[in-house]
Amino acid sequence: MTTSSDEKPNSFKALPDSDGHFGIYGGRYVAETLMPLILSVEKAYEEAQADPTFQAELDEYLKHYVGRPSPLYHASRLSEHLGGAKIYFKRDELNHTGAHKINNTMGQILLARRMGKERIIAETGAGQHGVATATVCALFGMRCVVYMGETDIARQAPNVFRMKLLGAEVVPVTSGSATLKDAMNEALRDWVSNVDDTYYIIGTVAGPHPYPAMVRNFQKIIGEEVRQQMMEAEGRLPDSLVACIGGGSNAIGLFYDFLDEEEVTIYAVEAAGKGIETGEHAASLSAGEPGVLHGNRTYLLQDEDGQITEAHSISAGLDYPGIGPEHSWLHDAGRVNYVPITDDEALEAFQLCTKLEGIIPALEPSHALAHVSKIAPTLPKDHLLVMNMCGRGDKDVFTVAEALGVTL
Amino acid sequence: MSRKEARLKARFEHLAAEGRAGLVTFITAGDPNREVSSAIIEGLPGAGADIIELGMPFTDPMADGPAIQASSLRALEAGQDMKATLAMVRSFREKDDDTPIVLMGYYNPIYIYGVEQFSEDAADAGVDGLIIVDVPPEEDAELRDPANKAGIDFVRLTTPTSDEQRLPALMGGASGFIYYVSIAGITGTKSAATSNVADAVTRIRKFSDLPIAVGFGIKTPQQAAKIARVADAAVVGSAIVQVIAENAEKGDKTKGSPDLVNSVLRFVSELAQGVRTARS
Repeated sequence: MTTSSDEKPNSFKALPDSDGHFGIYGGRYVAETLMPLILSVEKAYEEAQADPTFQAELDEYLKHYVGRPSPLYHASRLSEHLGGAKIYFKRDELNHTGAHKINNTMGQILLARRMGKERIIAETGAGQHGVATATVCALFGMRCVVYMGETDIARQAPNVFRMKLLGAEVVPVTSGSATLKDAMNEALRDWVSNVDDTYYIIGTVAGPHPYPAMVRNFQKIIGEEVRQQMMEAEGRLPDSLVACIGGGSNAIGLFYDFLDEEEVTIYAVEAAGKGIETGEHAASLSAGEPGVLHGNRTYLLQDEDGQITEAHSISAGLDYPGIGPEHSWLHDAGRVNYVPITDDEALEAFQLCTKLEGIIPALEPSHALAHVSKIAPTLPKDHLLVMNMCGRGDKDVFTVAEALGVTL
Repeated sequence: MSRKEARLKARFEHLAAEGRAGLVTFITAGDPNREVSSAIIEGLPGAGADIIELGMPFTDPMADGPAIQASSLRALEAGQDMKATLAMVRSFREKDDDTPIVLMGYYNPIYIYGVEQFSEDAADAGVDGLIIVDVPPEEDAELRDPANKAGIDFVRLTTPTSDEQRLPALMGGASGFIYYVSIAGITGTKSAATSNVADAVTRIRKFSDLPIAVGFGIKTPQQAAKIARVADAAVVGSAIVQVIAENAEKGDKTKGSPDLVNSVLRFVSELAQGVRTARS
């Protein structure tokens, strides 16, 4: 039942299997009460995938409401400054609501409507997924309840207010570390208590099957657009891809279309917080062990008794002690390079990008930018590097000001 | 080492012979600390508990309401871990070789312990059954097989959402007893109507000969009595844990009030009285 990293699979795109497993990872580890519902979500999703009108409707909304395709932008000043690779940004921060999250919420809300559900719940960390969910609920006139850790509510006040303006109820979660993992516990508790009318829009490529595969499929448009745009711009595929990773939805969205292109080097950047060695980080692949939480088996930050430990990152969106199961599998298979970046490195990259490109990145992709800053100078000028600018940084200016010691 | 075969089977046969339902009492191991928790467990059979359900504390108890969440955190803060939980069972067994003990919890601490090693150590300590909330039948073979091999029953959960298509598969790998979760929800919140529970028990009986225990939302001796009329056992958890919480707050943070153990056992006696007189 294990996937040996010695055996190279024929394709990196063949999983999950019919039960939602990526090698030993993934699966459906939920309470029995939820199982019939999870199976019905899977069935409804399969039917939607086979129905051309579903994809056509989604495409219409993605084009005219979300604003896809997002541009592929040559960051020439940053490229020149770093003095190596030719750097492109995939501008998913230009999507409606300011992040890649809406690619997924738009797909799932259409599915929830197909299933006849009336009430939507979601968990959120940085608030981007919460805003993206509240937005599509407003668009379709559906009730929306967003669970958010109290710690995150304090550091992401603008997004909390946005959700409320959009008509969502934001429920503060005080249990545990009062961050994303606890918000997900609380959302699962809500779902198990409201199975009849409620659909749970999970925001990342984690949770019980079919969520990791479904969210990936709604996000893979990012990489598909990059392929086409890069062919138009340069006449060939990119040489490397870089994306930040919390749960991993923007990363798998960029990577998926290129997983079987051997010549494309792929980097996923984990939040190393104050440094892996300090124990205060969110780097589940660099410093975690496989375990079972929130419906799937995957790498988790935990102690030797199997208790989940608290993650730390300056970025609320990366502050989660787990990671999507497909990433765990890609890590073990050696296809994607998972690298750590600290809070300080991300802050520096945040400022560099803002000054050189006039783009204020979210703290999440600032981690990816920091890794780009490390590797770009070592690469030749004809090396084509694509970084996913998965969110804009307006929501983070208060956090950054505080970190830089500026009083607003 | 005091391995005794099929304590659960023997206990339910004994209950059937007495013509009454059983009382299953839940507490979290190590809540509010190991010493007090051990004293509670040792007093439970005398207070009228027929089966002891012992929670293995976990940081992220997704199927539990506020009372059991808090009990898990109290136990973890007091230093409880899996080894300590098994040690508590072992020392209980030195004094009581008949009362079945069922461990309840979430998969990760067992997975990290190692399923084979855990099954062996748990059986060796005197554990009779397992209730693992976040491992549905689709995923449970990797734990159920080693547990069964070690002689531990794997208790399957059924819920109001388990329809007749799903029930046969749920019963397939079950042993010990069937645990009917009487509400679609988390522990310690809503209570089910007795008529709904009776219907569900009838539905489950079509697919299994195993005893049926009913839990979730049973808070008073009266509610326990109602369930005891229609099921083979009533499970009470949050309400007992709440008594621990109230007394732990009153007294010294780590030790709890001197009356904590007595308060818990007094409440369990009331519950047992309700269950034992239900059918008379």
